[in-house]
Amino acid sequence: MTGVRPAGPVDPPGAEPMVLARGLTKRFGDFLAVDGLDFSIGRGESYGFLGPNGAGKTSTMRMIACMSPATSGTLRVLGMDPATEGPAIRGRIGLVPQEDTLDLELTVLDNLMIYGRYFDLPRKVIRERAERLLDFAQLTERAHDKVEPLSGGMKRRLTIARSLISEPDLLILDEPTTGLDPQARHLLWDRLYRLKSEGVTLVITTHYMDEAEQLCDRLAVMDHARFAAEGTPRELIDRWSTREVLELRFGPDRQEAAAGLLEGLAERTEVLPDRLLLYTNDGDAALTEAHRRGAVPVSALVRRSSLEDVFLRLTGRTLAD
Amino acid sequence: MPTRTPAAFRAISYFAYAYKRTWRGSVATSFLYPVLYLTAMGLGLGTLVDHHAHQVDHVRYLVFLAPGLLASTAMQIGGNEATYPVMAAIKWLRTYFAMLASPLDVEDVLIGHLLWIGIRVLMVSVIYLGVMTAFGTVLSPLALLAVPAAVLTGLAFAAPICAFAATQENDTGFATLYRFVLVPLFLFSGTFFPVSQLPGWLQPVALATPLEHGVSLCRALVLGQVRPVTALADTVYLVAVAGAGFLAARVAYRRRLVT
Repeated sequence: MTGVRPAGPVDPPGAEPMVLARGLTKRFGDFLAVDGLDFSIGRGESYGFLGPNGAGKTSTMRMIACMSPATSGTLRVLGMDPATEGPAIRGRIGLVPQEDTLDLELTVLDNLMIYGRYFDLPRKVIRERAERLLDFAQLTERAHDKVEPLSGGMKRRLTIARSLISEPDLLILDEPTTGLDPQARHLLWDRLYRLKSEGVTLVITTHYMDEAEQLCDRLAVMDHARFAAEGTPRELIDRWSTREVLELRFGPDRQEAAAGLLEGLAERTEVLPDRLLLYTNDGDAALTEAHRRGAVPVSALVRRSSLEDVFLRLTGRTLAD
Repeated sequence: MPTRTPAAFRAISYFAYAYKRTWRGSVATSFLYPVLYLTAMGLGLGTLVDHHAHQVDHVRYLVFLAPGLLASTAMQIGGNEATYPVMAAIKWLRTYFAMLASPLDVEDVLIGHLLWIGIRVLMVSVIYLGVMTAFGTVLSPLALLAVPAAVLTGLAFAAPICAFAATQENDTGFATLYRFVLVPLFLFSGTFFPVSQLPGWLQPVALATPLEHGVSLCRALVLGQVRPVTALADTVYLVAVAGAGFLAARVAYRRRLVT
């Protein structure tokens, strides 16, 4: 699923970015949640924030969504300053928060109607849009059902539909598919991809590398409140990993010994408890060489490098929390 | 294309939609409570009181009691709507955060919720006054003004309680609030007997509570015994408490919702 896709329509040089951050910083008391980020997101682009839990992704999202004031640095969203023009900015962006804020006791349609009223849209307009959005989210048949019994995927789709009621120019999605089954995730990706092709700028946080590769033109890998790397998925893989990875499994407790035997064979070798990862541009050649040196792995696998390799290299393999 | 509805009014639409779901039960309860209270306390207990004490403040006990209950009910509705629903909007349903992702600001959210509470108290008070009329306890057309007086009483409780609710991590504090504040006020603020019946040292305490002023104002209007200076003082006191509560709530909401 790592096909190369043309980047979305990006602004001509000199055009104002949808989001511009310079030295963007967020502190909670002594805790530094976001530490001096610089980034710029162009019109029609889809930009992803990757990172372990606690890396500062959600804090960054909340600042862009004008729900949380920056402690210092500059932030411009749609060319405006969130500190002084929050309501005007929020009127033109859609937010899909990490935790749903749907009213579970009310119906699917009522949730859309109420949300549209917050944006001061006339009821007639909301009703027309709601009809289209329910179709878009495949929830038309559940329009008059309460939200409570809906599945996680349906609730998430409703949250996304709701965030689109104001027809935003910029859509902010904080972990849109966490906790969903594969079918629900693929349906959501399809919907987000459609929005992207309609010219909506997307800002996404995710834990899923396949999601990032599917949806994002450009990615920032966050770790400890900062950017560890930024670029297109392809650039990140080229810069931080090799073209291919050779995975060799030896028996229990034999990885270290094998690593000694294979020293210098790959650009980089990683020793895991259950296998060796050899980062190389030619996996098959590396495997032949390993056999020539007398290595007898239980299994061998050559695969292409993925964003996951980049992510783990940049943020480490230890748990963040 | 967008209309120009003030932002706080847009927040009300949420509560109005949510109320659609429970309005039948709510309206029925609003009728039932005054009927039950006025029958049991006013007619039942009142007969005893009138027999022994002849009258309270120159009127039958039922007539004395009814406007006090009106003000107390306003306090209860104000309190109920400012405790669990505020906690729900912050933690359980996170409704406030949905609002804050839209063009609404914290102040709009707070004012919208308080306006909704005012509307709820208004609805209940109108029904209460209707039931009081049926029981023959309304002695003056000024009683119509008891409805805004009751709304003001409700807000004098709702605003500070919103501030309190926004500082709470869970709902255990609310049980304490009911037990040690709202129930004692209900019993000792002149609803059931004149404050002058209290021991001397307790009278200034009773007079300092917003409910006493709400009761005093509602009673004066319903009985047609308005003394302008007292009525004005009661009103100013209630407005001051509601206003101070609003300012405290604004600080508490900002601290809690904008981080």
